[in-house]
Amino acid sequence: MKSFKEKLSERVFLLIALSTLSVLALITVFIFIKGIPIIAKVGIINFVFGMKWAPSQGAYGIFPMIVGSVSVTIGAAIVGVPIAICCSIFLAEYAPAKLRNIFRPAIQLLAAIPSVVYGFWGVLFVVPMIRNYLGGPGLSILAGSIILGIMILPTIISITEVSLLALPRHYKDGALALGLTQWQTIHSLLLPAAKSGIVAAVILGLGRAIGETMAVIMVLGNAVALPESVLDPVRTLTTNIGIEMGYASGEHQQALFATGIVLFVIIMILNATAQYITRKR
Amino acid sequence: MTQTSKIDIKGLNFYYQQKQVIKELNLELPKNRITAVFGPANSGITTLLRTLNRLSDLTVGARHEGEILLDGKNIFDPDVNVTELRRRVGMVFDVPTSLPMSIFDNVALGPRMGGMKSKSAVAEEVEKALRMSALWDDVKDRLDTPAARLSGGQQQRLCIARVLALEPEVILLDRPCSALDPISTAKIEESLMQLKEQYTIIIAPHTVQQAGRIADRVAFMLMGDLIEQGYTQEVFSFPKDNRTNDYLTGRFG
Amino acid sequence: MRINAKTSEKIAKCLIWTAALLVIAILFSIIAHILIKGIPMISWQFLTDIPRDMGRSGGISSSIVGTLIVTAVAVIVATPFGIGTAIYLTEYTRESRVTRIIRFSAESLAGIPSIVYGLFGFIFFVIYLKMGWSILSGGLTMAIMILPTIIRTSEEAIRTVPQLYREVGFSLGLTKWQTITRTVLPSALPGIVNGVILSIGRCVAETAAVILTAGSALRMPTSIFSPTRTMAVHFYILAREGISMDNAYGTAALLIILILLLNVGFNMLVNRFIAKGR
Repeated sequence: MKSFKEKLSERVFLLIALSTLSVLALITVFIFIKGIPIIAKVGIINFVFGMKWAPSQGAYGIFPMIVGSVSVTIGAAIVGVPIAICCSIFLAEYAPAKLRNIFRPAIQLLAAIPSVVYGFWGVLFVVPMIRNYLGGPGLSILAGSIILGIMILPTIISITEVSLLALPRHYKDGALALGLTQWQTIHSLLLPAAKSGIVAAVILGLGRAIGETMAVIMVLGNAVALPESVLDPVRTLTTNIGIEMGYASGEHQQALFATGIVLFVIIMILNATAQYITRKR
Repeated sequence: MTQTSKIDIKGLNFYYQQKQVIKELNLELPKNRITAVFGPANSGITTLLRTLNRLSDLTVGARHEGEILLDGKNIFDPDVNVTELRRRVGMVFDVPTSLPMSIFDNVALGPRMGGMKSKSAVAEEVEKALRMSALWDDVKDRLDTPAARLSGGQQQRLCIARVLALEPEVILLDRPCSALDPISTAKIEESLMQLKEQYTIIIAPHTVQQAGRIADRVAFMLMGDLIEQGYTQEVFSFPKDNRTNDYLTGRFG
Repeated sequence: MRINAKTSEKIAKCLIWTAALLVIAILFSIIAHILIKGIPMISWQFLTDIPRDMGRSGGISSSIVGTLIVTAVAVIVATPFGIGTAIYLTEYTRESRVTRIIRFSAESLAGIPSIVYGLFGFIFFVIYLKMGWSILSGGLTMAIMILPTIIRTSEEAIRTVPQLYREVGFSLGLTKWQTITRTVLPSALPGIVNGVILSIGRCVAETAAVILTAGSALRMPTSIFSPTRTMAVHFYILAREGISMDNAYGTAALLIILILLLNVGFNMLVNRFIAKGR
């Protein structure tokens, strides 16, 4: 009797646990069902590499948005990764205990701020600064990169800090005992040892950047054209969906779902890579 | 042996994966006595204790051969209800482990989960258990405070009370005083001496001296083998086996 | 030329401190700006009146209510599934193909962008299940979004419960279910609550997913089948379309205050648990 109850509860918990899988499957199926027809109609090459996005004329090419997403994401990495790694070293090694207890919740808070607020702040401060000092419209790849660079900090910092703190204590003690300075210990020993964790952290951060919508809608300018410099406005895959979902219907709506498929595939590849790297450790 | 035995271990072998940690063990544990099973680390003593209430079931890759008879009934028989068995054979661990709840709730957990519904009955049981473990006077005015506020020695006595509240027949204690100071240790030993009137106690002492102070009978284990057993006085004064003698005199590697 | 060890130590230390202070400065500047501009806009009328004239005047009471109910639906739906999954992963199974699949799914869900959740919620809840733009559609979409957070934090919290607690439970003759609910979960509670609070914060802050599933109606919702405009969405529309900067600041300030309270509340909770000796 008891063992039957036990078995039953195990089954019930297994079913609950499988909800994640079923939800993931549902998401995949529904987005693909809705988006595939238009890709089939336009042709995958024309869709992915097409230069012209004009739903009213039936032109669905998202290449400028792919370039937009990639360039903003790379920009975010250039801005965010060095700062994030410095911050996690600060947390794990340099910060006095008191400061650490302020800094860690502050990073948490950074993650909790709504993305629309970041976008708003970007429009008020970052965009005018770029327009005044560097020229161009201000709404640009650079503005997006700076905002996203800040937004991905919490993701990268927390994972990097965890992988730094997970290193065996004797690594550090041993190195310090050999007379290495703190910084020598960190960059010659701790950072290489935590490399896989840091790489995974950066990849997840990039995933966050490429998937962000609301903040970048406000600062990127959203022009559908290949950018020539970091001061040009661009449109990303996410902003394309965010801007046009409100009024799209029919084929146009399908094309936005198809944009979602491309985004989804990119994200899944990034996720799987990050998970693979973390597992391998 | 004059007393009747409460537990009779017959030909027990115990393995973790490929490693044998108890070898062909035969041991009788007499009723209403304190039996101390002692020996160096990794002798299989903790495993033996954990086997007696089948807590060893939780360990992945563990298996056994042989029988353990509790009042003549093999505890490994398929019709044995394991939770019932564990209520009859209570266990106190080496680290004082109070659960994150009040003092009262810690002690009341066993009876409540065992199906005791009446509040007054639970309260009575808790008081009785706390009195027997000599903790009542320390905590009677603050039963609602979190158990974690108690000192280590008090927490260990709380753990004993928690077991007593189950009204068990056998109490297993795995190095119960290893984390405690000498005064707390003395208090717990005193309690144990009184408890043996009603219970069968099996203890893995954290020192040979503790075995000498409280045990009626002792068993010496080494690398999974039972080397020697008998009345405490006899074994300690005239060990039959050289290895026992070496261990007792501290000449052990 | 090789920089000597002492110099490089100094440079590194300087850079690291600069980065840390820069991040704090940015955080402070964002929060301070919103609060300074927004708090003066918050009045009793702002909190209790519904938006009038597209949000140019009036308050944001319907958005506050909408936000709270969407969040409540999400948390009520996701929490049992999240904790249940965490219990399965920690207590009922060892690492196997099944757990790998479950973990992979959870981590993948965690990485999916909110706009994709929005697309899914729109096509599945709004269209396919015919729930329309509604609090229910928005809440269920958010539930899926926060599920991985609750799973991860609960799993971590349950894993840090010492094995000894389980053994104490079993040795007191508790069944597995009793051991989990009486000894393991109470010890893991602070961590689990942390996950739920984090998730509440995410629901409150989310825009992209809810705008596509809960809609942007300004009316006071009458049931979970009513469409609604959450505070984050309201702020976005006001700011982006330049409808009313004052009301946008007021809404943003309220959002930030809510999020600060959640964070502070969580930290206080942790401290209380520590003080209680958990």
